[in-house]
Amino acid sequence: MIGINTAVRSRRRLAVAGLCAATAFLVLAGCGSNTKAEDGPRGFPEAKQDATSTITVWVDADRQAAAKAFQKANPDTKIQVVAYDGSANGSNSFRTKMQLFDRAGSGWPDVVFSTQNNDAAWASQQSAGKQAFAAVLDKGLVPGDTLAKFTAGSLNPCTVDGKVYCLRNDLAQAVLWYNKKLMDQLGYAVPTTWEEYQALGEKVAKQHPGYIIGTAGDAWTPEVFLWASKCQANDVTGPKAVTVKTDTTECKRAATMLDTLRGNGTVPVVSVFTPEFVKKYSGKVLMMPGPAWYAGAIFNNPQSLNVPAGQLGIAAPLPWKGDDKPVTGNVGGGTWFISSHSKNLAAAEKFAEFVTTADDYQVNVAPGYPAYAPAAEKWVAKQESSKYFATSLEPVVTAASQVWDGWGYGIFSQEAIWAKTMTTGITGGKSIVDLLPTWQQAIENQAKVDGYSVS
Amino acid sequence: MTIAAPSDPLIAGAPERRRPAPGNGRAPGSTRIGYVFVSLYALLAVAFGVVPSLYAVLLAFTNGDGGFAGLGNFTKVVGDFRFWPAVLHVAVYLVIWLVMLVVLVVGLALLVHAIRLRWASTALRFVYYLPGALAGASSVLLWLFVLDPTASPVSGLLRAFGFDSFVAVIQPGHLPAIFAIIAFWTGAGGWIVIMYGALNNISTEVIEAAQVDGAGRVQIALRIQLPLLRKWIAYMGVMSLAAGTQLFVEPQLLSQASNAVVPNDYSLNQLAYQYAFQQNDFNGAAAISLILLVVALLLSWVFVTRGGLFERE
Repeated sequence: MIGINTAVRSRRRLAVAGLCAATAFLVLAGCGSNTKAEDGPRGFPEAKQDATSTITVWVDADRQAAAKAFQKANPDTKIQVVAYDGSANGSNSFRTKMQLFDRAGSGWPDVVFSTQNNDAAWASQQSAGKQAFAAVLDKGLVPGDTLAKFTAGSLNPCTVDGKVYCLRNDLAQAVLWYNKKLMDQLGYAVPTTWEEYQALGEKVAKQHPGYIIGTAGDAWTPEVFLWASKCQANDVTGPKAVTVKTDTTECKRAATMLDTLRGNGTVPVVSVFTPEFVKKYSGKVLMMPGPAWYAGAIFNNPQSLNVPAGQLGIAAPLPWKGDDKPVTGNVGGGTWFISSHSKNLAAAEKFAEFVTTADDYQVNVAPGYPAYAPAAEKWVAKQESSKYFATSLEPVVTAASQVWDGWGYGIFSQEAIWAKTMTTGITGGKSIVDLLPTWQQAIENQAKVDGYSVS
Repeated sequence: MTIAAPSDPLIAGAPERRRPAPGNGRAPGSTRIGYVFVSLYALLAVAFGVVPSLYAVLLAFTNGDGGFAGLGNFTKVVGDFRFWPAVLHVAVYLVIWLVMLVVLVVGLALLVHAIRLRWASTALRFVYYLPGALAGASSVLLWLFVLDPTASPVSGLLRAFGFDSFVAVIQPGHLPAIFAIIAFWTGAGGWIVIMYGALNNISTEVIEAAQVDGAGRVQIALRIQLPLLRKWIAYMGVMSLAAGTQLFVEPQLLSQASNAVVPNDYSLNQLAYQYAFQQNDFNGAAAISLILLVVALLLSWVFVTRGGLFERE
């Protein structure tokens, strides 16, 4: 056929390539065995061990440094490092790949890093009759006193049904970032409750339009504002059970506050990772509630806001009036999994423990706030000695154990649901309060599709 | 997967010729060489077209443990809250795109064909063809910039429509039109060239006869050229329909670029992908693929019969 339209053909090809390749692969690979193995002494079926075998570790680009640090400190342990996208931005590649290995019955890596918090939800479960991917860590594989030294609550995303399935790499607790120099210049005091925060926003809108006190354009907006308000939108109560109530006072107060501040322009619906944000708001950010990693990713980053040294201050997470103690939300923070199929669990455990606890990586190299408490202390000391921050980092440390435990880590991505239903609705001119029932429905639908019972 | 229908070269107005029957007056061995030519295609088509399709049929009627599931997978996916919205999305997109494609491609081809200046006509065809030379994914990436008012070369135009952010541009209601424009931009150029070739095949005697009878430019286009292009338009319809029902690349890339504001379950193909790799349900994914295949085949059959693709002159 002369002149057949290659563009059309290549689009078709691309479109089906994924499915075709997978299908062909499955045809060739046949199906893995379906035999149910007995649990070993450490709480999961173990493969025949070979202490000299090379372990394969999957890391994202930022974690390659962790693998390098391990190799330097442990030249005798043979590891093969494979780089992948860390399952970031909802690509879900970690789960996709493991499911294909499940079908093939071989090929699993020994240790995997994920940028997500909701992988334990599936990795801890048998799927289609196949053994769960993640090894149980707290039944003898990882020493109990090591696990005990992780920051309180930091292993919640890794804990399913009371068993620990992964080690947390870093924490992403939300705090109130503020620009001390600007606040002093304009004569504003740092708020101590969300009510004060809202009042300040209304003041700023009148007195200094153009300045902002936060953003609500990213998919993790609910994790910063609604989670911190104890909104029960994502209360995962069991491996396959979730409670969703978005019509509570807790949800409504945060939604109303956001609506007010969106309306007056002090909390714009702009993603912090857009050129638009940098162009419009450089030098205009008075405050910004957000996760620990905002420091390096947004404020102290020449590509983003590029706030000079000595200006950035940190305040503790804000409480709502009448709440006994402040709670906060959490946006991400990576996790390390050990494969239950590993033929060299000793080396895999050694690697996972090193990258989460050793100073060589967590203190000297890692950009984020370590989940392992002894490393976190040293990391904070190192950050303070850098003289970048205008205030002490104490609030970040306090916030680390204040993440509210009524917001869970299910298989489905709350961020994707928010982006799909809420961001489009808000952009289309609706208020968040009006959209709360829509949000409830969207979460329920998605949870049910993923096999959750919703109450 | 739809396999293109073979079409006869368009021979109109010339003295009627029929294809010689096979073996009739051909050099011995020429049929064998034909088989050699076809063999590689046939092999690949079986390995990557027929076998996976049959495997999909097998999957669609079984459950995760390999037992017979009857229509269970089909009722499951049709009952999914994402299924009908996805059907609607694809249908609206198809209607906008196919109408746009047929009207604009034929119109532009007629215009270019009517240009008497040789260099202008050649240059135009080249310009039309250029965007199609970009592979599907890269052209979508290019559109990501075009659609973002903060980075777009036509940001003034976008702002004139009242869109001042990327999220405002990609509101759910705008998506079918956006995908149709992207698909048209990447795919139409090649079709214009094909239509131009088809127009060249119309014998000049017929056109001259019409002119002698007093037909103007527009009448010739409507009464002579268009009817003689019918097969080609049908052929374009079938091919585009096959590509269009499998909408995947544009929403998938846009979903990643917009951090999921464009949902990752916008089209049926994406939903199948979600079933396979998000829910580990290959049987459900196969059921969606089969539904798509059946619908595409039915629609193609309409195009083929209405367009007279298999008729012999």
